[in-house]
Amino acid sequence: MFKKLFPALTAMMSIAYLAPAHAEDDVRIALVVKAMGIGFFEAANEGAQEAAEELGNVEIIYTGPTTTTAEGQIEVISSLIAQRVDAIAVSANDQDALVPILSRAQQRGIKVISWDSGVAPEGRSVHLSPSSDDLIGRMNVQLAADALEAKGVSSGQMAILSATPTSTNQNVWIEEMKKVLPEFPQLEFVDTVYGDDLADKSYREAVALMRNHPDLDVIVAPTTVGILAAAQAVSDEGRVGEVYVTGLGLPSELAGHVESGAMHNFAIWNPIDLGYAATTIAYNLVMDNATETSVDMGRMGTAQLDENGSAAMAEPFIYDATNVEDFADIF
Amino acid sequence: MANTMTQTAVPNRLSNHWLHHLLRWETFLLLVTVLVFLFNSLATPYFLDPWNLSDATFNFTEKAIIALPMAMLIICREIDLSVASIIALSSVSMGLAAEAGMGPGGLVFVAVSVGIVCGLFNGLVVTHFGIPSIVVTIGTMSLYRGIAYVILGDGAFTNYPSGFEFFGQGYVYWVFSFEFTLFMGMALIFYGLLHHTNFGRRTYAIGNNPTAALYSGIKVNKHKLILFVMVGAISGLASVLLTSRLGSTRPSIAFGWELSVITMVVLGGVSILGGSGSMVGVVIAVFLMGLVTFGLGLLNVPGIVMTIIIGAMLISVISIPLVAGRLRAAREQRK
Repeated sequence: MFKKLFPALTAMMSIAYLAPAHAEDDVRIALVVKAMGIGFFEAANEGAQEAAEELGNVEIIYTGPTTTTAEGQIEVISSLIAQRVDAIAVSANDQDALVPILSRAQQRGIKVISWDSGVAPEGRSVHLSPSSDDLIGRMNVQLAADALEAKGVSSGQMAILSATPTSTNQNVWIEEMKKVLPEFPQLEFVDTVYGDDLADKSYREAVALMRNHPDLDVIVAPTTVGILAAAQAVSDEGRVGEVYVTGLGLPSELAGHVESGAMHNFAIWNPIDLGYAATTIAYNLVMDNATETSVDMGRMGTAQLDENGSAAMAEPFIYDATNVEDFADIF
Repeated sequence: MANTMTQTAVPNRLSNHWLHHLLRWETFLLLVTVLVFLFNSLATPYFLDPWNLSDATFNFTEKAIIALPMAMLIICREIDLSVASIIALSSVSMGLAAEAGMGPGGLVFVAVSVGIVCGLFNGLVVTHFGIPSIVVTIGTMSLYRGIAYVILGDGAFTNYPSGFEFFGQGYVYWVFSFEFTLFMGMALIFYGLLHHTNFGRRTYAIGNNPTAALYSGIKVNKHKLILFVMVGAISGLASVLLTSRLGSTRPSIAFGWELSVITMVVLGGVSILGGSGSMVGVVIAVFLMGLVTFGLGLLNVPGIVMTIIIGAMLISVISIPLVAGRLRAAREQRK
């Protein structure tokens, strides 16, 4: 038996020496994602690598569990603590369950930030949201104004297709949109309808909107389900070029509608920028280059931290005919 | 002359062969475990650190505790796929009890009681209606977790009383966590129960031939019921440890753990068809799995590759002795 096992042992040892050695003075930043193999997070890793290259002495450890579970992330994080990485930047599967293990990481001198999907404040020092409510609200109105311009009219009507009437973030965004509307006099706000984030109900509501408001120019849907259903409804009703759809959506689902002309542009956070900013923030925390209220994000500007250590990265990123195809492969 | 030979030789060979086989399986597992340990120590400088090793035990201890009674259940030709869902339901019940202001001791009682009720339900349906346990527990797997989702929805319980975190995060002595100490103690108890009591011998008897066991006076259904309740109760206990370690409850807690538990049992040499296996093997398998995942984690092997490696390890560790045995049998036949 030993004879058989000996080659196996030597083979295993040779693998050990193949394991990449890192320079001791490198800053090692672990980018922990919800699960491996998700396009959005692969893109974030691309951004993290970009930041590492720019900063010079940074090694990125891109890792995560196979399924989106808190237990899996805890296992990954405990092995990162054992490796004494310098910083952990995590997109959490559970904002509470990760707190004990991340507190332990912090006790052992590791800087912890969360990004995209946050961790409760006692488990991290900084949380980076992709955007903020007021930036999202403003962006949605701006997109509606862009659509009017694309249509070539000086003023027009807009309506909102939301998710459920009880959806907290949708309601906050709609409120923020109404706040900035006075700055856009060319837009006349006519109606808000609710598609409950169901494809078929959103579709029917979009059709009803176009029938009830024959002069409608723009449908704004700040929900990925609603925006797709509305674009489909506009195409099916033969109103392409008359009614534009915009809002928050995924490039992979909407590339076809941008091409057909049912949409001029739309927005969502850019995962590459998010990975880049998270890495830069983690690096600056390790280097002690941060204050209580602000931390530098490289090409993304400066993150303003609120009293809970939360920051918003930027306004949502705009996708149109020039770039949607490239991002459609990513997420 | 021939008569005396068979009288002395047959029982000897039988017991020798059985012992030989047992020893060989466990030695083999132990050898693989030692190799993995050596490999890890050479491959990464962070492995041989008492605190790192102690931290690593947290990731498998809760599953390992369930693997102990699960091994007995599988030896008895039954299986329980609902263990992870029992963890979820127990955890949600603890969350409700904690909201009502119950202390740490009361929460343990609640979790274990819920586990016992779930195990009792599984056992009664299996023994009363004679439905295969794999079917029943696939059903209750959805049922128990379903109840947890109905109660909690997309919310979470986070207000556990102070002192409760000891079960999943506390240390008994130096690097030995409460969880790990509990597991080692329970491994001893289950070793005694399976290998040195009538209860254990009956478990083997039922697993080898339930009909023969019944006719030799063993209360087969009652025995199975006790095992189901035991698995349920210990799943409840595992729920205490996990909930305390996470400091919170969500209905998705421990999702997919039933397969990890069963993997540990099968890797430990317990026949999935029942009737054979040992507690020592299961405990070694627990450490083997823990060491492999921790070592690969330290090398930052992506989780997807890790599952492939663990799957390959399971198949090869189980098939190597089988293939070797078959080769040896073929060689002896040629002689």
